Amino acid sequence: MEISVIRAGMLTTVQDLGRRGHVAQGVPFGGAVDPFALRVANLLVGNREDAPALEVTLTGPELEFAEGAWVAVCGARFEGLPAWRPIRIEAGARLRFGRRTQGCRAYLSVSGGIDVEPVLGGRGTYLAAGFGGFRGRALRDGDVLRLLPPRCRPFGHWGIDERVLPRYSPVPTVRVVPGAHAAEFGGALYSGRFRVTPNSDRMGIRLEGPRLARPGEGDLVSAAVAPGTIQVPPDGNPIVLLCDAQTIGGYARVAHAAAVDMPLLAQLAPGDGVRFALSSIAEAHALARAQEDRLNLLRQGLAGKFEAA
Amino acid sequence: MVATLGSASDAPAMASALGLAERLVAARARGIVDVVAAYATVTAFYDPLQFLDPQEDAYDCVCRLIETCGARSAREPSAAGGGAVDIPVCYGGDLGPDLDFVARRCGLDAAGAAALHAGAPYVVHAVGFTPGFPYLGGLPAALHTPRRDTPRARVPAGSVGIGGSQTGVYPVASPGGWQIIGRTPVALFRADGNPPALLKPGDRVRFRAISASEFDSWK
Repeated sequence: MEISVIRAGMLTTVQDLGRRGHVAQGVPFGGAVDPFALRVANLLVGNREDAPALEVTLTGPELEFAEGAWVAVCGARFEGLPAWRPIRIEAGARLRFGRRTQGCRAYLSVSGGIDVEPVLGGRGTYLAAGFGGFRGRALRDGDVLRLLPPRCRPFGHWGIDERVLPRYSPVPTVRVVPGAHAAEFGGALYSGRFRVTPNSDRMGIRLEGPRLARPGEGDLVSAAVAPGTIQVPPDGNPIVLLCDAQTIGGYARVAHAAAVDMPLLAQLAPGDGVRFALSSIAEAHALARAQEDRLNLLRQGLAGKFEAA
Repeated sequence: MVATLGSASDAPAMASALGLAERLVAARARGIVDVVAAYATVTAFYDPLQFLDPQEDAYDCVCRLIETCGARSAREPSAAGGGAVDIPVCYGGDLGPDLDFVARRCGLDAAGAAALHAGAPYVVHAVGFTPGFPYLGGLPAALHTPRRDTPRARVPAGSVGIGGSQTGVYPVASPGGWQIIGRTPVALFRADGNPPALLKPGDRVRFRAISASEFDSWK
């Protein structure tokens, strides 16, 4: 079972839920920038939720399916493609992404999952070091992806209750907990709206807006950073680190985004905006649990909607 | 969660950080996903969803774990210590295009600057930036050189650079702003290696100058 890449799109990579245990080696978690969308996309076609799928960025690919398959597109929305529900693709058919109407990154899952080898415990593509995913790189026109055989297939006509989805928005409010140097910046991070600049990528979102001035030039000790860490370089324009970011940072760390709001950040496209709201570690944990509870309800709801392949 | 044990260049604090990180890894505690020592800091990455009891505060649990491990590593310092690694480097020429600039700034010729760089003992303070990239302390003051005004779009794998008071080696090709003074034929990162990175924090490093023909013969 194969998929032929007719047109690859701007940046289409194979991603899963990332790799753990190698940050000390300088290897970031990687994986899907919006793990929620990837997990749901997989659940909708009967895959394990960490199965490798395609992460599509801003412009979609055109794919030809050698055999019939079920797919789901979650995250960013594109014209002509119903989102957050299983879609049947017949043998020989082509899947085309129309114009993007919302978000930045869509996750295309295929029943069975994409067949790629794990590298350092993850099947996602890590572009900076050229390993993982499909040959360690983004897809190109003419590539052929192999699929694993599906375990089961959806039946009936249904979609999911969109109330379980994160509150995706072109100007979301992202909840953050204070970072090590938060006190030096006062309330500037919460004072207004920031704009997403075009030189944002899987490593980080570069923002412009209220300038974050650090009064002192006190010594900063470089330390590990994480997806969601908001760094402030000397120019005062914050950078929100994403899952392919470098593992150690020397800039001031003003805040860290709550994990539950990472999908909102993942869906920010150049020109979109973002606001930040002060939260607490306890609230961030509670929000993560609540999201997991919603996903559990979704899993239970899906349990009777598949039959053996 | 980040534990800061002292200032960046504080050698005892860095040793404490290494000891604490080692204990945290050895504790194999539930919910701890990754542990990273860098300079005088230790960062523990944890998954709050793995602390299943809602009465149990994940943050407090990780704090207690760090305190316990910190106390233990203070009582019984690690005997392991870092390894000693020898890295051959071909200095100057096409492989080290900034060596002349670095040498001029410190009033030496290229050979003198290379000898100074190769003569000093270094310690790995952190591994990051790209996979396997070692931030090395111990660069002789004469060689301290600011980063390039305009970073290069692509620095080849193996390039040895100077950035301010630090020196390091680019394990994979990447954009970079450091002054490139040479290149090593040794791989600092292999995704299929065990461990993948050649160096870890606490390791001692020496550079050894090799000729262009010796560099080529490594391939």
